[in-house]
Parts: sequence; C-alpha cells; structure tokens
Amino acid sequence: MVRVSQRSIVLLAVFGAIGTPAMAHGPTGAHTTAGPTDPQIAHIAYTAGQIDIAAADQALSKSHAPAVRAFAETMKRDHKAVNDQATALLNRLRVKPEANPTSTALSQQATQSLAELAKLEGSTFDRAYIQNEVTFHQTVNAALQNTLIPDADNADLKSLLRTGLSLFQAHLIHAKQIAQSLR
Amino acid sequence: MAQGNHSLGLCAVAMMLLFVSPETSATARQPAKTHVIVVGNLSFGAVPNSVRVGDTIVWINKDIFRHTATARDNSFDLDLAPGAQAQTVVKKTGILDYYCRFHPGMTGKISVVRRLQ
Repeated sequence: MVRVSQRSIVLLAVFGAIGTPAMAHGPTGAHTTAGPTDPQIAHIAYTAGQIDIAAADQALSKSHAPAVRAFAETMKRDHKAVNDQATALLNRLRVKPEANPTSTALSQQATQSLAELAKLEGSTFDRAYIQNEVTFHQTVNAALQNTLIPDADNADLKSLLRTGLSLFQAHLIHAKQIAQSLR
Repeated sequence: MAQGNHSLGLCAVAMMLLFVSPETSATARQPAKTHVIVVGNLSFGAVPNSVRVGDTIVWINKDIFRHTATARDNSFDLDLAPGAQAQTVVKKTGILDYYCRFHPGMTGKISVVRRLQ
C-alpha cells in the first residue's frame, strides 16, 4: 500500500505541473492561454495510454487471475485504439507531439512503478496492479477534465480527448469493481 | 321494430369491440419486429419500446472500442468489434438485463412483454 500511496502522490504532482507558466507557450508562441499547447497535450495523452499498455503487458506476464488478465487485455486493446486514433489525427493535422516536463515525468514515474510491481507476485501483485489502475485512472480523469480538454484548441483533438475521458471513466468503474472482488 | 333491430345491431358491434381489442388485432396482424440498439461513446443507446417475445434486437457498435452485449442470465453473449453488429431474438418475457463484459459500467435493460396471439 505504501507503493500505491507513493505513486498517487507522484501522479498528482506530475499532473499538477500541467498548466504552469513554464509550459504556457509552444515554439511558435501562438498559444496564449496559461495551459499546455496542443502538441504537448497530445504527447501527455499518448504517453498516459502507453503507460497503461505497458502496465497491462506486465500484468499479463505475471498474473494468473482470470479477472485481472481480462482487465489487462481490455486496457491494452482500448488504449491502443485511442492511441491509434490519436496518431491518425496528428498525422492528418501534421502535428508532431511535443515532449514536455509532464509527459517526461509521467514516463519516469511509470518506469519506477513497473519496477516496484515486478517485485510482487500472486495475489499481492494482483491487488497492487489493480489499485494502481484505480489511482492512475482517477488522476488522468481529473487531468483530462480540468486541464487537457479545456486547454485543447483543435476541435478534433478536444473530441478525441473527450472519448479518452469516457474510456478512462469506464476503466475506473471496472478497476474499482475488481479491486472490491480481490479484497 | 326498426329501432329494436338497430339496438341489436349496436349490441353486436359493441360485443365485437370487446372481444377484438385494438392491441389484439394489431398484434395478430403484425409480424415480429426488429429493434436497433446503437452502442457508442462507451454506452448503450436508447432502448426500444414495446419489445415482444420473438422480436429481434440488433446491436450496432459505432464505437472505436470492442464491446459485448451480454445478458445477465447468459441467454446471449454477442461480441461487437468496432463497426460490427450482431443480433439476438428475444425469447422470454420480463426484464432483460445486459452489460458489456469489457466495460461492466455499461449496462442496460429492456422490458419484454408477451406476444399476444
């Protein structure tokens, strides 16, 4: 549980960084609001999806619990679907996702989390993985709702982020149900 | 006498109306229906009205995600790839509860009534 708490704190800190003045302007200087630019938002959202896919891959390599494995399969499939759409949209718009402190911190934190979860086995791993999924989806949902969606300028990107939010909300319900069943 | 015949005729018509209600006559002429439920934005769409035993439900997945339409009573379990559709025939009366196995927060229910003969 200590690991979960640490991850939660780190995630909140990572997403709390979104919208700071340091990220206010892209290279063109065209973005005038205090939030991240569209290329930065795209990179953050894409990174969040990739992180959950990596977590699912780890779960599939370690867990033997049917419910946990089915959940992980869904995470892989759904987040790949969103990220494929994101890639297609960015190609169409000729926008290159732009790495930023938030997405970099997310990746670093995810690497650390995978290493911590790798040390766990059996039902201990299952509970930690699912609890991490609850925390992760709660945090990303809040970031999408409060920052990423409101700050996105492009209508298609905004729409895709809304789809992502619906997805993360559905995953959160699912993760909570499994967490309850694993108690 | 003429008035008496007229009254008898009215009674006969009234009796016919009593035994052949509008619902009965409509149902008897009407074949089983096909209803559509659209799946989109991670939710099941509007539920059709007046679903009767023998009707067909067509599920159309307009989402970019794979879903299922799965009955709580295990009477059907339809796999819905993105853009795909599948169908089931309603077999019994009552509340038909269904959900998506991949996204258990997606749920719905249909009230099924008997088909009058």
